[in-house]
Amino acid sequence: MIQLTRDAIDHANLTERVRRSDCGAVVTFLGTVRDLTGDQVTVALDYEAYPGMAEKKMAEIERDTRERWPVGEMMMAHRLGHMAVGEISVAVAVSCPHRAQAFEACRYAIDRLKELVPIWKKEHWADGTTEWVHPGK
Amino acid sequence: MIVAVRLFARARDLACLDVLEVVLPDGATVADLRRAVAKITPALADLLARSALAINEEFADDDVVIPPKAEVALIPPVSGGAW
Repeated sequence: MIQLTRDAIDHANLTERVRRSDCGAVVTFLGTVRDLTGDQVTVALDYEAYPGMAEKKMAEIERDTRERWPVGEMMMAHRLGHMAVGEISVAVAVSCPHRAQAFEACRYAIDRLKELVPIWKKEHWADGTTEWVHPGK
Repeated sequence: MIVAVRLFARARDLACLDVLEVVLPDGATVADLRRAVAKITPALADLLARSALAINEEFADDDVVIPPKAEVALIPPVSGGAW
Protein backbone atom coordinates (compact mmCIF):
# COMPACT_ATOMS: atom_id res chain seq x y z
CA MET A 1 0.00 0.00 0.00
CA ILE A 2 1.26 3.47 -0.83
CA GLN A 3 0.64 6.78 0.84
CA LEU A 4 1.46 10.46 0.24
CA THR A 5 0.75 12.44 3.37
CA ARG A 6 1.25 15.87 4.90
CA ASP A 7 1.11 14.38 8.40
CA ALA A 8 3.95 12.91 10.43
CA ILE A 9 4.74 9.31 9.43
CA ASP A 10 3.94 6.85 12.22
CA HIS A 11 6.71 4.34 11.52
CA ALA A 12 5.73 1.98 14.33
CA ASN A 13 2.21 1.72 12.95
CA LEU A 14 3.59 1.27 9.40
CA THR A 15 5.83 -1.57 10.56
CA GLU A 16 3.02 -3.19 12.53
CA ARG A 17 0.74 -3.14 9.47
CA VAL A 18 3.09 -5.35 7.40
CA ARG A 19 3.50 -8.04 10.09
CA ARG A 20 1.98 -11.41 9.14
CA SER A 21 2.11 -14.89 10.57
CA ASP A 22 3.54 -16.32 7.32
CA CYS A 23 6.37 -13.74 7.24
CA GLY A 24 9.29 -14.27 9.59
CA ALA A 25 11.11 -11.11 8.51
CA VAL A 26 10.14 -7.43 8.56
CA VAL A 27 12.46 -4.67 7.31
CA THR A 28 11.60 -0.99 7.71
CA PHE A 29 13.64 1.80 6.09
CA LEU A 30 13.24 5.38 7.35
CA GLY A 31 14.58 8.42 5.52
CA THR A 32 15.02 11.34 7.92
CA VAL A 33 15.94 14.99 7.45
CA ARG A 34 19.74 15.25 7.78
CA ASP A 35 21.39 18.34 9.24
CA LEU A 36 24.58 18.39 7.12
CA THR A 37 25.22 18.22 3.35
CA GLY A 38 28.97 18.56 2.96
CA ASP A 39 29.66 21.63 5.10
CA GLN A 40 26.23 23.20 4.56
CA VAL A 41 23.85 23.17 7.51
CA THR A 42 20.17 22.35 6.90
CA VAL A 43 17.51 23.69 9.26
CA ALA A 44 14.46 22.33 7.39
CA LEU A 45 13.24 20.80 4.13
CA ASP A 46 10.15 21.23 2.00
CA TYR A 47 8.99 18.27 -0.10
CA GLU A 48 6.77 18.81 -3.13
CA ALA A 49 5.20 16.14 -5.36
CA TYR A 50 3.47 15.83 -8.70
CA PRO A 51 0.77 13.97 -6.77
CA GLY A 52 -1.00 11.89 -9.43
CA MET A 53 2.20 10.69 -11.07
CA ALA A 54 3.97 10.17 -7.74
CA GLU A 55 1.20 7.83 -6.56
CA LYS A 56 1.17 6.03 -9.89
CA LYS A 57 4.95 5.46 -9.81
CA MET A 58 4.89 4.32 -6.17
CA ALA A 59 2.14 1.80 -7.04
CA GLU A 60 4.27 0.54 -9.97
CA ILE A 61 7.26 0.11 -7.64
CA GLU A 62 5.11 -1.89 -5.24
CA ARG A 63 3.96 -4.14 -8.11
CA ASP A 64 7.57 -4.61 -9.36
CA THR A 65 8.80 -5.41 -5.86
CA ARG A 66 6.05 -7.98 -5.35
CA GLU A 67 6.94 -9.63 -8.69
CA ARG A 68 10.58 -10.02 -7.67
CA TRP A 69 10.29 -11.12 -4.03
CA PRO A 70 7.69 -13.11 -2.05
CA VAL A 71 6.38 -10.02 -0.28
CA GLY A 72 3.66 -10.66 2.28
CA GLU A 73 2.75 -7.02 2.81
CA MET A 74 4.42 -3.70 2.08
CA MET A 75 3.86 -0.06 2.94
CA MET A 76 5.52 2.93 1.24
CA ALA A 77 4.84 6.37 2.67
CA HIS A 78 6.26 9.75 1.65
CA ARG A 79 5.58 12.91 3.58
CA LEU A 80 5.11 16.26 1.78
CA GLY A 81 5.43 19.82 3.04
CA HIS A 82 7.71 21.34 5.65
CA MET A 83 9.92 19.14 7.86
CA ALA A 84 12.46 19.94 10.55
CA VAL A 85 15.79 18.18 11.00
CA GLY A 86 15.27 14.66 12.33
CA GLU A 87 11.71 14.23 11.05
CA ILE A 88 10.83 11.25 8.84
CA SER A 89 10.30 12.13 5.18
CA VAL A 90 9.93 8.64 3.74
CA ALA A 91 9.33 5.11 5.05
CA VAL A 92 9.24 1.67 3.44
CA ALA A 93 8.20 -1.42 5.41
CA VAL A 94 8.28 -4.90 3.87
CA SER A 95 7.52 -8.35 5.21
CA CYS A 96 8.74 -11.60 3.61
CA PRO A 97 9.06 -15.19 4.78
CA HIS A 98 12.86 -14.81 5.26
CA ARG A 99 15.23 -11.94 6.07
CA ALA A 100 17.39 -11.85 2.91
CA GLN A 101 14.26 -11.36 0.79
CA ALA A 102 12.93 -8.66 3.09
CA PHE A 103 16.23 -6.70 3.09
CA GLU A 104 16.55 -6.92 -0.70
CA ALA A 105 12.92 -6.01 -1.37
CA CYS A 106 13.04 -3.00 0.94
CA ARG A 107 16.34 -1.81 -0.57
CA TYR A 108 14.95 -2.16 -4.09
CA ALA A 109 11.77 -0.27 -3.25
CA ILE A 110 13.48 2.73 -1.63
CA ASP A 111 16.13 2.94 -4.38
CA ARG A 112 13.48 2.90 -7.12
CA LEU A 113 11.40 5.44 -5.22
CA LYS A 114 14.35 7.86 -5.05
CA GLU A 115 15.03 7.35 -8.75
CA LEU A 116 11.56 7.40 -10.31
CA VAL A 117 8.99 9.15 -8.15
CA PRO A 118 8.44 12.85 -8.95
CA ILE A 119 9.03 14.30 -5.49
CA TRP A 120 11.44 17.19 -4.98
CA LYS A 121 13.04 18.69 -1.91
CA LYS A 122 13.94 22.27 -1.12
CA GLU A 123 16.74 22.86 1.37
CA HIS A 124 16.40 25.64 3.92
CA TRP A 125 20.02 26.42 4.80
CA ALA A 126 21.15 27.88 8.11
CA ASP A 127 22.14 31.15 6.39
CA GLY A 128 18.50 31.78 5.48
CA THR A 129 18.77 30.88 1.78
CA THR A 130 16.78 28.10 0.08
CA GLU A 131 17.64 25.78 -2.79
CA TRP A 132 15.74 23.13 -4.78
CA VAL A 133 17.79 19.97 -5.03
CA HIS A 134 18.04 18.83 -8.68
CA PRO A 135 21.13 16.59 -8.89
CA GLY A 136 23.39 16.61 -11.91
CA LYS A 137 24.01 20.30 -12.45
CA MET B 1 -2.95 22.83 -30.36
CA ILE B 2 -2.24 24.42 -27.00
CA VAL B 3 -0.17 22.25 -24.67
CA ALA B 4 -0.31 23.13 -20.96
CA VAL B 5 2.94 22.10 -19.27
CA ARG B 6 2.83 21.73 -15.48
CA LEU B 7 5.92 23.04 -13.74
CA PHE B 8 7.34 21.94 -10.38
CA ALA B 9 10.13 22.83 -7.96
CA ARG B 10 12.87 25.05 -9.44
CA ALA B 11 11.23 24.98 -12.89
CA ARG B 12 8.18 26.70 -11.42
CA ASP B 13 10.34 29.23 -9.57
CA LEU B 14 12.39 30.02 -12.69
CA ALA B 15 9.32 30.51 -14.89
CA CYS B 16 7.25 32.18 -12.13
CA LEU B 17 4.38 30.01 -13.39
CA ASP B 18 2.58 26.81 -12.33
CA VAL B 19 1.53 26.04 -15.90
CA LEU B 20 3.23 27.15 -19.12
CA GLU B 21 1.02 27.19 -22.22
CA VAL B 22 2.76 26.43 -25.51
CA VAL B 23 1.22 26.56 -28.98
CA LEU B 24 2.41 23.64 -31.14
CA PRO B 25 1.30 22.15 -34.45
CA ASP B 26 -0.80 18.96 -34.24
CA GLY B 27 1.50 15.94 -34.28
CA ALA B 28 4.30 17.77 -32.44
CA THR B 29 6.73 15.62 -30.47
CA VAL B 30 8.29 15.98 -27.04
CA ALA B 31 11.45 17.27 -28.78
CA ASP B 32 9.36 20.00 -30.48
CA LEU B 33 7.91 20.92 -27.10
CA ARG B 34 11.38 21.13 -25.54
CA ARG B 35 12.55 23.52 -28.28
CA ALA B 36 9.43 25.68 -27.90
CA VAL B 37 9.70 25.87 -24.09
CA ALA B 38 13.39 26.83 -24.25
CA LYS B 39 12.56 29.56 -26.79
CA ILE B 40 9.57 30.99 -24.90
CA THR B 41 11.22 30.81 -21.47
CA PRO B 42 15.02 30.96 -21.84
CA ALA B 43 15.41 30.90 -18.04
CA LEU B 44 14.22 27.26 -18.14
CA ALA B 45 16.61 26.11 -20.88
CA ASP B 46 19.43 24.73 -18.68
CA LEU B 47 17.17 22.89 -16.24
CA LEU B 48 14.94 21.67 -19.10
CA ALA B 49 17.92 20.03 -20.80
CA ARG B 50 18.38 17.69 -17.81
CA SER B 51 14.69 17.25 -16.99
CA ALA B 52 12.24 14.58 -18.11
CA LEU B 53 8.87 15.22 -19.71
CA ALA B 54 5.79 13.31 -18.66
CA ILE B 55 2.68 12.77 -20.75
CA ASN B 56 -0.41 11.57 -18.92
CA GLU B 57 1.75 10.72 -15.88
CA GLU B 58 4.28 8.57 -17.80
CA PHE B 59 7.85 9.52 -18.71
CA ALA B 60 7.99 10.32 -22.45
CA ASP B 61 11.06 10.21 -24.73
CA ASP B 62 11.79 12.98 -27.22
CA ASP B 63 10.30 11.11 -30.20
CA VAL B 64 6.88 10.64 -28.59
CA VAL B 65 4.02 12.48 -30.32
CA ILE B 66 1.97 14.57 -27.90
CA PRO B 67 -1.67 13.51 -28.10
CA PRO B 68 -4.42 16.14 -28.03
CA LYS B 69 -5.55 17.19 -24.53
CA ALA B 70 -2.62 15.37 -22.93
CA GLU B 71 -1.59 16.19 -19.39
CA VAL B 72 2.02 17.30 -19.80
CA ALA B 73 4.52 17.98 -17.02
CA LEU B 74 8.14 18.98 -16.79
CA ILE B 75 9.93 16.70 -14.30
CA PRO B 76 13.21 18.19 -13.03
CA PRO B 77 15.76 15.69 -11.66
CA VAL B 78 14.45 14.18 -8.43
CA SER B 79 16.38 14.43 -5.21
CA GLY B 80 17.80 10.93 -5.63
CA GLY B 81 20.21 10.93 -2.77
CA ALA B 82 23.54 9.23 -2.24
CA TRP B 83 23.33 5.56 -1.33
